Amino acid sequence: MTLEILFSPLKEPLILGTAIGILVGGIAMIAGITYFKKWTWLYKNYFTSVDHKKIGIMYIFVALIMLFKGGIEALLMRAQTAVPQNKILDSNHYNEIFTTHGVLMILFVAMPFVIGLMNVAIPLQIGARDVAFPRLNLLSFWLFLVGCALLNISFIIGGSPNAGWTSYFPLAGIEFSPGIQNNYYAWSLQIAGIGTLATGINFVTTIIKMRAPGMTWMKIPMFTWSCLITNVIITFAFPVLTVALVLMTLDRQFGTKFFAMTDGGMDMLWANLFWVWGHPEVYIVILPAFGIFSEVIATFSRKNLFGYGSMVASMVIISLLSFMVWAHHFYTMGHGVLVNGVFSVTTMLIAVPTGVKMFNWLLTMRHGRITFTTPMLYALGFIPIFTIGGVTGVMLAMASADYQYHNTLFLVAHFHYVLIPGTVFGLLAGYHYWWPKMFNFRLNEKIGKVGFWMIVVGFNVTFFPMFILGLNGAARRMYTYSESTGYAPLQMLSFIGALVLVAGFASLVYNIYYSIRYAPRETNGDPWDARSLEWATHSPVPEYNFAIVPQVSQLDEFWYAKKEGRDLHAGKIEDIHMPNNSGAPLWMSVVMGLLTFFFIFNQFMIVIPLAVITLLFMAYRSFEIDEGHHIHAHEVEETERRMRGDR
Amino acid sequence: MSKHNNSVPLEYSTEENDLKIFGFWVFLGAEIVLFATLFTVYFVLVDRTGSGPIGADLFELKPLLIETFLLLTSSFTIGLGVHAMRLGRVKPMIFFYVITLLLGAGFVATEVDEFLHFIHEGATIQTSAFTSSLFTLLGTHGAHVSFGLLWGTAIIIQVVRHGINARTANKAFIFSLYWHFLDVVWIFLFSFIYLKGMM
Repeated sequence: MTLEILFSPLKEPLILGTAIGILVGGIAMIAGITYFKKWTWLYKNYFTSVDHKKIGIMYIFVALIMLFKGGIEALLMRAQTAVPQNKILDSNHYNEIFTTHGVLMILFVAMPFVIGLMNVAIPLQIGARDVAFPRLNLLSFWLFLVGCALLNISFIIGGSPNAGWTSYFPLAGIEFSPGIQNNYYAWSLQIAGIGTLATGINFVTTIIKMRAPGMTWMKIPMFTWSCLITNVIITFAFPVLTVALVLMTLDRQFGTKFFAMTDGGMDMLWANLFWVWGHPEVYIVILPAFGIFSEVIATFSRKNLFGYGSMVASMVIISLLSFMVWAHHFYTMGHGVLVNGVFSVTTMLIAVPTGVKMFNWLLTMRHGRITFTTPMLYALGFIPIFTIGGVTGVMLAMASADYQYHNTLFLVAHFHYVLIPGTVFGLLAGYHYWWPKMFNFRLNEKIGKVGFWMIVVGFNVTFFPMFILGLNGAARRMYTYSESTGYAPLQMLSFIGALVLVAGFASLVYNIYYSIRYAPRETNGDPWDARSLEWATHSPVPEYNFAIVPQVSQLDEFWYAKKEGRDLHAGKIEDIHMPNNSGAPLWMSVVMGLLTFFFIFNQFMIVIPLAVITLLFMAYRSFEIDEGHHIHAHEVEETERRMRGDR
Repeated sequence: MSKHNNSVPLEYSTEENDLKIFGFWVFLGAEIVLFATLFTVYFVLVDRTGSGPIGADLFELKPLLIETFLLLTSSFTIGLGVHAMRLGRVKPMIFFYVITLLLGAGFVATEVDEFLHFIHEGATIQTSAFTSSLFTLLGTHGAHVSFGLLWGTAIIIQVVRHGINARTANKAFIFSLYWHFLDVVWIFLFSFIYLKGMM
């Protein structure tokens, strides 16, 4: 492949402009870090840190940046379709943008945000000192980042994938998508997916094996419960994606016939494999959000969560059903009445446990003393808006009626009505809620609330018109339409809404800046008067989390200890054993990133030595003797005194 | 190394060791899904042979029996290795682990030879959807065994250097879980690909 073809995307002014922007921004960032001499600090304290809290912060940082990239792509799509026959984007560029928008938002925004919050909160909620495999946790992060980087450089070098985030065959096959764009899709998802699978295994082990003494199954905080179920789903769903992507790679790069049009290949097999992973994936990003809402609503209603047992049961049922509904994504592809009927029923069944959760949240608030903080506003906004998404979901679940909605903007409106109030609101609620646990100050409440209202209003103005447009027949993924369709006014309205939405998200960033400068620093670790164990320790949390591991005897132990004036940390401080930091995950991921990059371009003579180096990294890990280190009792006491402000 | 517990075998004896074994079981759960997906793909595509050969044209009893004998025996010998480890006897442990890896190497060699035979019969990974899924499923298992040869070698070197202690015992035990798992997968490959294909 010549350099000219390699860099052909740069011929387009829009892409050239963005590329220059990224280059300038990147150089500015590198220059800034160098100027302030922060490289060593970053490398020592973040890049090589196995501390779950720092890994969580890195995940969230990347997720926010990617949120903006995905958001700008969304804005470009809305701008293109705002008026008929618009010429901002051509058809290919539009295809690339809706493809990367989908991949980014699901895999490189929702997933890292969820995993970031999990990292920050879960070991604290269960009273552990770290996750089960701290080094693996860091490797997960770097593999995720490598996948993310691959997708992001694709639009400069070689071209972005353009067959939709679902990349259905035969369109995504080598016949109809020659060139390397879709190799980027296969490899960036593959490498990030392996990182996510490792996260899943890590957190399943952590939650099952590392809970504080006395924290039996029914005393686990609801967010941790939701994440346990999520990570079980990750462990069982992501291998399917791994296989599907391997088969895609084999078909595209080695001429196999899995999804081919000839020699017995079956293109529908891809759609099935993709959604056997893809539908559970939806629940992977929604269940932790449900967990966050449960924490937030209970905290700000000053009541314990209503229906704890039914909350757990409904999530278990949702997780089982999530593996039994995948074919509802392609009712119209002709698999007969019986199959459609079965999947219709299983799909509608999901509304039942979800409804149970809805009523539990409402009943938690009943008779509560509600305080309207920013996280609570997101939780309150979630309930009615998500219900619209849920009800339209039941409409779409009816296989026969789906022939009307399939591939229209109605569907686009539906899944945004589920994912934004569900996942995004949940993540933003968690982000505002746990911010003072990550750092030692709260985000400004006033800016947070203004941001909430902009996001809620902007979101509804953007997506509600799409329900109507879709019922009127507007197809999704169309880069333009004619005047005579009559779509123009609602499309314009949708674009205006998108502008408000973007302003709302921008306010999040402004809030970080404002709060760093002006917010008062917290003195105790419990700014919200909350219920679970993460608030029992200091903010920011010391490396070892808890000087003395708390004893748990009931749900919301911390809340009752506060009320009864008990000290959860009574006891003698002992030496604490902690894992060592390591640079190996970072450098191994760099090597694997180069490996996949050259694999994408079929440069196997470079791939092979890089694969050998990857194996050497594994061998190094096997032979390495790493006993970790101890923080001595007097150091812990010293830190505790300083954190309490005794001095 | 924290909290020694003398009531459990050495490989479980620290908190970290216990976590590693549990985590590896969870990983094997993911591996089961991985192979289940590949089996499903194979079952979907088994009759979609295009203009290429069908299973009955390709499969031969002799290499199949050699492979099965080698791999099942290796699962037995690694069991003996773990038994020796629990008795604290380094030399027999190393001996049985070496035998295990030799049997594994024999398996891989036979499988490579078998693949060459398939190709000679006109079935490459590109021939049809059936052969693509056949090579991918068998190849994934074979790649796991090959990786196991490297991994097992690393563990034997460590046992030779450091003897049997909580750390090496833990590694050797986890490796034995992996090896038994590959044996179980082979039983499914044997039954559902070869036997079903030959009948």
